[in-house]
Amino acid sequence: MAIGVKIVERPIEDVSYVRAMFRGMALTVKHLFDVNGRVTTQYPEEKSPISPRWRGTHRMLTTETGKARCVACGLCPTVCPANCIKLVPGEDEEGNRYPLVFEIDEFRCIFCGYCQEVCPEEAIHVGRHYENSEYSRQGFVYDLQRLMDQTHPVCEMWDPEDPKGQ
Amino acid sequence: MSVFCGVYPLYEAIDPNNTPVSGGAFLIFTIVKMLIIFTVYMVGVAMLTLAERKISAWIQDRHGPNRVGKGWLQPAADGLKNFMKEETMPANVNKPLFVLAPILSFIPALTAWCVIPFGAPVATRWGRVDLVVADLPVGFLFILALTSLGVYGIVLAGWSSNNKYALLGGLRSSAQMVSYEISMGMSTIPVLLLAGNVSLNSIINQQAWGGWNVINLTVAFFIFMVAAFAETNRLPFDLPEAESELIAGYHTEYSAMKFSLFFIAEYASMVTASALMATLFFGGWDVPFTGHDNIGPYSGWLSLLSVFIFLGKILFFLFVFMWVRWTLPRFRYDQLMSLGWKIMLPLALIYIVVIAAVLLGLSAAGFQQGVWQAAILGSVNVIFVIVLFAILDRGRIISPAYGRMHPKEIERLRRLDRRQRVAVEAGR
Repeated sequence: MAIGVKIVERPIEDVSYVRAMFRGMALTVKHLFDVNGRVTTQYPEEKSPISPRWRGTHRMLTTETGKARCVACGLCPTVCPANCIKLVPGEDEEGNRYPLVFEIDEFRCIFCGYCQEVCPEEAIHVGRHYENSEYSRQGFVYDLQRLMDQTHPVCEMWDPEDPKGQ
Repeated sequence: MSVFCGVYPLYEAIDPNNTPVSGGAFLIFTIVKMLIIFTVYMVGVAMLTLAERKISAWIQDRHGPNRVGKGWLQPAADGLKNFMKEETMPANVNKPLFVLAPILSFIPALTAWCVIPFGAPVATRWGRVDLVVADLPVGFLFILALTSLGVYGIVLAGWSSNNKYALLGGLRSSAQMVSYEISMGMSTIPVLLLAGNVSLNSIINQQAWGGWNVINLTVAFFIFMVAAFAETNRLPFDLPEAESELIAGYHTEYSAMKFSLFFIAEYASMVTASALMATLFFGGWDVPFTGHDNIGPYSGWLSLLSVFIFLGKILFFLFVFMWVRWTLPRFRYDQLMSLGWKIMLPLALIYIVVIAAVLLGLSAAGFQQGVWQAAILGSVNVIFVIVLFAILDRGRIISPAYGRMHPKEIERLRRLDRRQRVAVEAGR
């Protein structure tokens, strides 16, 4: 009793084990028969909605002719904080620049979305997508063809005019 | 019932169809009954693991296993997994005991079933077949003896594992079993007093004519139920395996099929305890509101119905086991002991005295077993339950530390505190 133990006089209905037990049993049996209250998402069949600003693995948008929109300006490898974009520019006979090599190492990527933000041609995008699995580390280095083949929706960038995305 | 006792041998004498089978037919029927019981029991135990997971899931607003064959094959998948897993044998275990322990915990629960009657007798061409593997005249004592053997498996597992958590689990288990075995045995004495016999069939017959024991002996039923929870190591009495305190208690060093055997043993003893509750307090296989299933002429359909009724009662108690497990938290060790020794044991003893006195008074007053006796017992029981509830409701039921204190006691503690503080001040 050296430390001032506070002795609380609680009413019987608060301290009775028997009543608390019956209350608990009633509660659990209520949940047992609450068929519509099941909260588990049956994952592979049913997926939780993800945010329109979700930043997942990348996707390269294409022009109507099916070519990559990228003009190999080199802004994305420059801005990339994780240094995961490898870009070797090329130039055709008409003087148009295009990427000879465009690779993104998705393991190094931190999904900040700067590449999408900086891209003047709106070519590279981070995607609204999360199911990534591969058999090897090399499988996570996406080349240009693979980036173009992705079909998943892309991230909507944050708009200062509409900060809550309404 | 005294009338009935006279009728029964008479009936046997006039109806040749009603004499028990004997000789080779008896042997064959017994083997068939054993095979059926074993199969149903093992499959049932496997399905119980699924039921447990489903019920726990539903109580927690989840779906539960629903992938392997819509969930129905989950026990098979679990069994397969346990067969494929590596059998680990830690260093310095006491090898013979380590191997023996899971077997020892499993066998008593299974063996107890051989004396539990699971249906009305069936009349066959060769005579009457009782739906019980062995109709022992000392059936109930046999069960008490066997179920208390179950603790050896747990204690030996704890001892032989060479692991401090396992040892602690085994120790807790032995303390718990000893504490609750007594009240369990005591709580059934009123039942035996009413039946006047320890054979389970006569207990069922007595209930068929005198009403279910749970109506007349509610307190005994509750004591038995709580003790059965403790005996099967189910929550809120799962101290021997207490995951949050002892890793997994006596399970800790076991893997693969040996672990699985412990798991099966837990469910097996749950089934046995449920069957006992159904038999001792809920009329066993007796079809309610009918008398003719108890004397015959026995028909196959009636026997089948009685088996299903017994099964339904068992399933209900199994559900209660699971319901309680997923509702109540584990007792503290001192709470467990105080509940066992300070509440259940005195209560069981008082109850024996009350029931024995009432029975003795009734027979002295000339009321033999019958409607009047049941009515008087029932009213005594109602009074007892109300008084008991009022006492238990005071908040002291399991928790000396949390219990309500008398105002005088609080005043004394405060004075002590003040004096100590004054002494400290003076010393400074």
